[in-house]
Amino acid sequence: MARSDVQLMLDVKAGDDSSFELLLRKYRGPLVNFLYRMVGDTGTAEDLAQEVFLRVYRARKQYAPSAKFTTWMFRIATNVALNSRRDGRHRQLEVSLDHSPEHAEKDDPPAMEVPDRRPGIEQELIVRDRAALIRRAVEALPEKQRAAVLLHKYQEMDYDEIAAALECSESALKSLLFRAYETLRIELAPLVGHVAGSPKRTEEVRSS
Amino acid sequence: MNCQRIEQDLVAYLDGRADPARRRQVDEHLLACPACRERALEFRALWSVLDEVPAISPSPAFDAAVRQRVAAEPRRASRWAWLVPSPRLGFALTAVLVLAVWLSSVRAPRQPPVAAAPQSSETEFAMIRELPVLEDYDVLQGFDALSELPVQQAVPQPHAQRQP
Repeated sequence: MARSDVQLMLDVKAGDDSSFELLLRKYRGPLVNFLYRMVGDTGTAEDLAQEVFLRVYRARKQYAPSAKFTTWMFRIATNVALNSRRDGRHRQLEVSLDHSPEHAEKDDPPAMEVPDRRPGIEQELIVRDRAALIRRAVEALPEKQRAAVLLHKYQEMDYDEIAAALECSESALKSLLFRAYETLRIELAPLVGHVAGSPKRTEEVRSS
Repeated sequence: MNCQRIEQDLVAYLDGRADPARRRQVDEHLLACPACRERALEFRALWSVLDEVPAISPSPAFDAAVRQRVAAEPRRASRWAWLVPSPRLGFALTAVLVLAVWLSSVRAPRQPPVAAAPQSSETEFAMIRELPVLEDYDVLQGFDALSELPVQQAVPQPHAQRQP
């Protein structure tokens, strides 16, 4: 039986660095993706994810399993992301709204997505354009709404965990999520309307 | 339930985490309200749209970078970090300790054993008098000193004379 995250962290606290290695392997993906969607840049996201792991390691001696490990980790990650935006350590996202190149920096580490710098970008797969559109809509959300959506939709965390990570009440979180999804529904109306299984009467109801 | 109230519950209703009572209320409202019904359907559609964004993978150098930064952490210092969460607090605690030791060493010789007696209030006196056993010599000594106080004040005597 695999050890729980809390147990792994308690082992790290007791001086077992191999348990930290297990946590690193388990959460590097979710963390990098969360931070990428928060800051919109792979290089910055990886840098911040390293920072989160470092903070987790530094806090090991004070670690008390009062909350789920992921709640604690994503609270650190959210704070790191918000501070990074405030420091202006990464490029402005708004600039990229009218430009298709997603990753302008040449030093960006290779990710699963290929940089949009090849010729004939307009003929590229529609799927990629859709993904870029969706990503920009999420990036344009206010910070706290964006973090709430990422933790709810992509990390599939429970409401009490997300509320704890964002340091707000559960009812405030539910309002936050509603407003975020409502904004996205409107921003992405063309995509939402074209999804398979979407009702045909969408247009008539929306006009009312 | 109205359109405003549904804002609190719609997301939990759609992701299946609303409790049964709320669920029923949302169900009823959706049956009655075409606009909210439409919104609910589009929220569901939106969630599958959001799934279209592919996840990225950390670069191969990521783990090594984390390990390097962790290895650079000062381990010996952190061994005692749990005792003193911050250097400032550590300094403050040390300062308080030094001050306490200094004060006690400076005041102790000047202070005769009886010196505390004049400061004692009546409650302290009463407490000492109520002690069941005064075996301890120091306490007894202190008790003697305190017992001298009412003699100095000598207040009750005039009252006792006037009364008859």
